[in-house]
Amino acid sequence: MTAVVAEHDDHHDHHDHGPEKGILRWIITTNHKDIGTMYLVFALIMFFVGGTMALIIRSELFEPGLQFVDPQFFNSMTTMHALVMVFGAVMPAFVGLANWMIPMMIGAPDMALPRMNNMSFWMLVAGVLLLAATLFMEGGAPAGGWTLYPPLVLQTGKALPFAIFSVHMLGISSIMGAINVIATIFNMRAPGMTLMKMPLFVWTWLITAFLLIAIMPVFAGAVTMLLTDRFFDTSFFNAAGGGDPVLYQHIFWFFGHPEVYVMILPTFGVASTIIPVFARKPLFGYASMVYATAAIAFLSFIVWAHHMFTVGLPIAGELYFMYATMLIAIPTGVKVFNWTATMWKGEMTFETPMLFSIAFVVLFTMGGFTGLMMSVAPADFQYHDTYFIVAHFHYTLVPASVFILMASGYYWLPKWTGNMYDERIGRLHFWLSAISVNILFFPQHFLGLAGMPRRIPDYAIQFADWNMVSSIGAFIYGFSQLLFVYIVIDTIRGGTGKATAEVWEDASKHGLEWTVPSPAPYHTFTTPPEIIPTEHV
Amino acid sequence: MSTNTAYYIPHKAVWPVLATGGLMIMLAGFANYLNGSSIGSGMMLTGFSVFILMLGAWFSLQATESESGMYNHGVGISYRMGMMWFIFSEVMFFAVFFGALWYARNISIPALGEIELTGPGRSTHNTLWPAFEAIWPTNGPGNVGGHFEPMGAFGLPLLNTLLLLTSGVTCTWAHHGLLAKNREQLIKGLAATVALGFIFVACQALEYHEAYSEMGLTLGSGIYGSTFFMLTGFHGFHVCVGAIILSVVLFRSWKGHFSPENHFAFEAAAWYWHFVDVVWLGLFIFVYLL
Amino acid sequence: MKKTKQLLACLVLMTLGLGTAHADYTLNLMRGVTQLSNEVYDLHMLILWICVFIGIAVFGTMFYSIFHHRKSKGHKAAQFHENTTVEIIWTIIPTLILVAMAIPATKAVIDLDKVQDSDMTIKVTGKQWYWDYEYLDSGLHFESHLDLASEKAHRVSSIDPRSVPNYLLNVDKPLVVPVKTKIRFLFTAADVIHSWWVPDLGWKKDANPGFVNDAWTSVDKPGVYRGQCTELCGRDHGFMPIVVIAMEKEQYDAWVKAELEKQNALPDLSKQTRASLLLKGESVYLTNCVACHQIDGKGISGWYPGLSGSAKVTGDIHQLIGFVQAGTSKMPAFKKLPADQLAALMTYIRNAPELGNKVGDELQACHALSLDELEDIFPDIDNAPELCKENGEVKLDKVVAEKN
Ligand code: HEA
Ligand code: HEA
Ligand code: HEC
Ligand code: CUA
Ligand SMILES: [Cu+2]
Repeated sequence: MTAVVAEHDDHHDHHDHGPEKGILRWIITTNHKDIGTMYLVFALIMFFVGGTMALIIRSELFEPGLQFVDPQFFNSMTTMHALVMVFGAVMPAFVGLANWMIPMMIGAPDMALPRMNNMSFWMLVAGVLLLAATLFMEGGAPAGGWTLYPPLVLQTGKALPFAIFSVHMLGISSIMGAINVIATIFNMRAPGMTLMKMPLFVWTWLITAFLLIAIMPVFAGAVTMLLTDRFFDTSFFNAAGGGDPVLYQHIFWFFGHPEVYVMILPTFGVASTIIPVFARKPLFGYASMVYATAAIAFLSFIVWAHHMFTVGLPIAGELYFMYATMLIAIPTGVKVFNWTATMWKGEMTFETPMLFSIAFVVLFTMGGFTGLMMSVAPADFQYHDTYFIVAHFHYTLVPASVFILMASGYYWLPKWTGNMYDERIGRLHFWLSAISVNILFFPQHFLGLAGMPRRIPDYAIQFADWNMVSSIGAFIYGFSQLLFVYIVIDTIRGGTGKATAEVWEDASKHGLEWTVPSPAPYHTFTTPPEIIPTEHV
Repeated sequence: MSTNTAYYIPHKAVWPVLATGGLMIMLAGFANYLNGSSIGSGMMLTGFSVFILMLGAWFSLQATESESGMYNHGVGISYRMGMMWFIFSEVMFFAVFFGALWYARNISIPALGEIELTGPGRSTHNTLWPAFEAIWPTNGPGNVGGHFEPMGAFGLPLLNTLLLLTSGVTCTWAHHGLLAKNREQLIKGLAATVALGFIFVACQALEYHEAYSEMGLTLGSGIYGSTFFMLTGFHGFHVCVGAIILSVVLFRSWKGHFSPENHFAFEAAAWYWHFVDVVWLGLFIFVYLL
Repeated sequence: MKKTKQLLACLVLMTLGLGTAHADYTLNLMRGVTQLSNEVYDLHMLILWICVFIGIAVFGTMFYSIFHHRKSKGHKAAQFHENTTVEIIWTIIPTLILVAMAIPATKAVIDLDKVQDSDMTIKVTGKQWYWDYEYLDSGLHFESHLDLASEKAHRVSSIDPRSVPNYLLNVDKPLVVPVKTKIRFLFTAADVIHSWWVPDLGWKKDANPGFVNDAWTSVDKPGVYRGQCTELCGRDHGFMPIVVIAMEKEQYDAWVKAELEKQNALPDLSKQTRASLLLKGESVYLTNCVACHQIDGKGISGWYPGLSGSAKVTGDIHQLIGFVQAGTSKMPAFKKLPADQLAALMTYIRNAPELGNKVGDELQACHALSLDELEDIFPDIDNAPELCKENGEVKLDKVVAEKN
C-alpha cells in the first residue's frame, strides 16, 4: 500500500480541478465520480428497459390464452429481460456504486486505472447496444433463455453471433472493471486504512471482483464454443461428434452460479453499511461478516450443478452438489443473524434507506429459504424449471439486489448531489414497492408448486388466478419505480434543500465519504485523509 | 526514473472510447460476415484498423508518459496488478477449453461408447450408438468430419515445445540484461525471443497445413478436432499477440526506453510470454501426449 | 366383447380425468401417486416447516427490536458489536439442522436412482414439439401431440381457453401404463433438450439429444396424471403436454393388444368424401404441420415459409408429396404418415379455405400409395379395395389427383 498523493494532469491549469464542459466531459472522462454517475444512469435506464420487457411477459401471462405476443417473441422477451436486467442493470449499477464510493471510502483520489475505467464503461454500452440490436433482426432476438443452452440457442436466427459478441464485450467490460476495483483497493488505500478497517461495501466488492475475473472468461469460453459449433463445424455440444449439450450447462453454471452472487455480495455490503447507521450502533460481527462473504464466494465455485439436478448426474454428483449447496446457508445465515443483532438494542430510525434495507433482510431471507429448499436434490426434481424457481430468484434479485440499489440511491444521493431527497415520496416509493413486490412474486411460489413450468407464454386454466394476481403486482411495482426516477431528478434539481456534509446523524463515524462536503467535490482526497482510529463501525 | 511522488491521474482519455468503438464495429462486422452479409468483412477490417490504431496511440501515450517520469511507484504497482489479474482471466479462459477436453474424454465419450457404464449415461450406448466404441481420439459416433489421423506428439509439437521453452530462457536472459543495464543483452535476448515466437507460429502453421491437407484432421473432425484446434489455435493466437507485444518492447528497448527501476511494459510482456509458455506445456501434455 | 368393455372403462377413466383437473387447484406440491413422489413430498414439507420455523424466529427477533429499539421510543443504542459465543452458536445450530435435512434427502436421492430390475421399459423421445413413446417390450410406438381442441384454442383468439377441457394439458394419444409395475423410462431427444415432468410421479428428467437418461416409477393407483415439458425447447415449448393414464394390469394388457392391432392394421383405403378428407386433413395438419406453418398457413417470417399460395403446395402433387415425405435440413421428414392421412393432408393443404388455397382437387388414400407400397400391402392385388385395384392396374401412375 502506498501513500497516495494524487497528481492530476490538469494541475498546471489555473482553473480549479473541475470537469470539462459539455458532452465531451462525459465521453472522455476518467473521473471516478463521472464514470460512476454514467454507470448508475445507464443502469437505471436499463432497469426500465428490462422492466418493460418483464411487463410484456406479465401482460401475456395476465390471462390464459395468447393475447399479445407470439410465443417466439415471448421467449425472446424472457431471454432479453434477464440479460438486460443482469448485465445491463444490476451489475452495472453496482459497478457504478463501486466507482463512486470505493475511492471515497478508502480515502483514494480516484480509481487506480482511470483510463481503463473509462473503457470499461464504454465496453458495457457497446455490448448492450449489440445485444439490443438483436431485437430488430431477422428471426428475432435470442429466445433460448438467458442460459443460452444449446442445441436450442443454435436455432437462433441472425441474432446469434451478435448476442455472442455482446457477451464477449460485456465480459471484457466486467473484467476490466473488476481489475480496477482490485488494484484500487489493494493499492490506493489511505495510510491507516487497513484491510480490516475497510467498510464492508469495499470488502464485498473486493471479493466480488475476484469472482468476476474468474467467471467472465468462462462465460466467454462457453459462448465461443457456441459460435464455433454453429459456424465452424465443431462438435462441442453435439453427441454425434462426441460432444455433449450438458457440457455447456456445466460451463455455463460454473459461471452462472457465482454470477448470481456477483449480484448479491455487493448487496450484502451496502446493507452492512446502511443498517448500522440507522441503528446507531456498530455493525455486529464485522470480522465474521468478512469471513462469511469470503466463504460464500468460495462455495459459489463448487456448487454449480445444483442447477442441473435433473440433467442426469451420477448419484455421487447429485449428493455432492446437494451437500455443498446446503452449506451456503451457514455463512449466509451468519450474515442474516449479524444484521439482526446489529438492529438489536439499537436506536433505530426509519428513513427510506433503512426501510429498504430492512425489507431486504426479510425478503432476501425468504428467497434464501426457497434456495435452500431447491438445493435438496430430490425436492428439486419437482421444483426445477417451474415458477417456484422464478419466485426464488426474483426474491433474491428484486427485493434484495434491486431494493438495496434503491436504498443506496437514497442513502448516497445527498452526498452525490448535495441536496436532500423528499423523504415523504421516498417512503411512499418504499411502501408501494414492498407491498407490490410481494403481490408480484409470492403467488409464483404457489404456481410453481402447483405445476406451472417457467418460460411458457400460455398456461392451463388452474393457474389463471395467481397469474392474474402476479401480473397486477407487476404493474403496481413497475409503475411505482417511476417515483424513484422522479425523486432522482427532483433531488438533482434541489430536492428539499441542501444536505449537510454528514447527511445522516453521526454518519461520519461510519465512513469517510461523510467527512467530505456534500456534494462531494470533483476531486476528493488528493492528499490522503487521516483515518479515524476507532473500532470498525 | 519515477521522479514523481504523486500518483498520476490522467484527466481525460480519448483513446479508450475510440478503441471500444473500433472493437464494436469489428465484432458487428464479423457477426454480419458470419450471417453471410456482404458488408461484413469490410466492417470487420475497418473496425479492426480503428481498434489497432487507437490501441497503438493509447500505448504510445502511456510509453511517453512513463518515459517522462510521470508515473510513480504506486502507478507501477497498479499496472502490475492489472496485468497479473488480466493473465489470471486468460488462465480461466483456457481452463474452459481444457475442461471441455477433460469432459469429453472422461464423461461424454465413455457415456456414448461404453457398455459397462453404471451411471446416468448407462443406457446411451446400447440404445442409441451400439456400434460406437469409446476410444480416444475420436470424432464421435456420427464419424463427424470423416476419417482422420490424430496428431502425434513427437514431430513438430516436440520441436515447438523446445522452441517455446528456449524462448522463455532468452526472455529471462533479456530481463537480466535489463536489470544489469546491459542494453545489448536486453535487445539480443528480446530479439531471440521474438524470433523463436514467430518460428513457433510458423511451425504451427505447417502443422495445421499438414493436418488439413494430409491427415484429414480439421476443426470439424468431431470432438477431437474441435478441442485440438480450439486449444492449439487459441494458444497460437496468444503466441502471436505475445510476440507482437514483445516486438514493441524490443522496439522501445532499442529506442532506449526502460530502466532497471521502471520497465513495466517489459515485465508485463515477459509475464504474458511465460503464461503462454505454461499453457503450451499443458497443451503438450494433455492434447498431444496423453 | 371383453375388449370393448375395457376400452369403455378406459374412456370412463379419461372423462373422469377431464372432470377432476378443474379441481386441481393447489397451493402446494401434490402428494402424488408413487413411492418416490410421497418421499419427495415429505421431504418438501420437512424443509418447508424448518424454514418457516427459522423464519419466525429470525423475523420475530428482528421485528421485536424494530418495534422496541427505536429512537422514537427513546431507546438508547447499546454499543456491543461482537460476541463470539453467540456467533459460534448460530453457526453450529444451522449446521445441525442441515445435517438433519441431508439424511432423508440422501435416502431419496438413492431411491430415485434405483432404475434397475424394472418390469417394463418405455423409451421417450422429446421432439419439437411433441413426445414420441416406444414400449420397448411390446413394440408399441406412437406420438403424443397436444390435443386438437387446445391446439385450436391457443392459435385462434376467438376461442376462450376456459371453454376447453384441460386446456393445454391434454393430448391426442396418452401414455398408458399399468399400475403397481416398476417401469423404467429412457429419455432422449431428437432435436433440442426437453424435460419430461408429471408432478404426480414425483420427478422430472431431461431428455438430451444424443444421450439417454433413465428414471423409474411405479404408480400406486389408477388415474389420469398430467404434466408438461419443462425445459425451454423453442417456440411451442408451452404446448407439449404429457398425459399418463395408469390402469389395472389386465386393462392395460388389453389396451396394448388393441393398440398393437391398430398399429399393424392397414390404413383405411376406402373412398372418402371430400368433406371427410378435408376434416381429417385438418386434424393431420394441426397435429403435424401447424407448429411451423401456423393455423392460417402464413408461416412465420424469417423462420417458416407460408403454405398459403405457395407454388410448391398448389403445384405438382408428386413433387409436393415427395417434398413432405423427404423433408429438408430445416423441415422434418414425414415418411411415416400412413396413406390415408397423407391423402387427407394433401387435400387439405391444397384446398382448405383456412389456408387460403383452392386448387380444387382431392386425393384418395389409394392414390397416395406408390406402386411399391401398394405391392407391399397387397402382394396379391386382388385383395386390394376396388379403388386401389383400379389404380394398381394403371401401375405407373403414383398418384392421381381428381379434379372436381
Ligand atoms: C442474487 C441471486 C441469488 C442468490 C443470492 C441465490 C441464493 C441461493 N440459491 Fe439461487 N438462483 C438464482 C439466484 C440466486 N440464488 C437464480 C437467478 C437462479 C435461476 C437461474 C435460472 O435457472 O435461470 C437460481 C436457482 C437456484 C437453484 C436451481 C434451481 C433449479 O433450477 O432447479 C438452486 C438449487 O439449489 C438455488 C439455490 C440457492 C441457494 C441454496 C442459495 C443460498 O445462497 C441461499 C442462502 C440463504 C439462506 C438459506 C437464508 C438465510 C439463512 C439463515 C436464516 C440461516 C439458517 C437457515 C437454515 C439452516 C435453513 N438457486
Ligand atoms: C436482476 C435481475 C432481474 C430483475 C430485476 C427482474 C425483475 C422482474 N422480473 Fe425477471 N427474470 C430474471 C431476472 C430479473 N428479473 C431472470 C434471470 C429471469 C430468467 C430468464 C430465463 O428464464 O431465461 C427472469 C424471468 C422472469 C419471469 C419468467 C419468465 C418466463 O419464465 O417466461 C418473469 C415473469 O413474471 C419475470 C418478471 C419480472 C418482473 C415483473 C420484474 C420487475 O421487478 C420489473 C419491474 C418493472 C419495471 C421497473 C418496469 C417499469 C416500467 C415502466 C413503468 C414503464 C415505463 C416505461 C418507460 C419509462 C420507458 N422475470
Ligand atoms: C419443424 C418445422 C416444420 C414442420 C413441423 C413442418 N414444416 Fe414444412 N417447412 C418447414 C421449413 C423450415 C420449410 C422451408 C424448407 C427449407 O427451406 O428447407 C418448410 C417448407 C415446406 C413447404 C414448401 C413451402 C415453399 O413454398 O417452399 C411445404 C409444402 C411444407 N413445408 C409442407 C409441410 C407439411 C405438409 C407439413 C406437415 C406434415 C410440414 N410442412 C411440417 C418447417 C416445417
Ligand atoms: Cu419440449 Cu419444452
Ligand atoms: Cu446457483
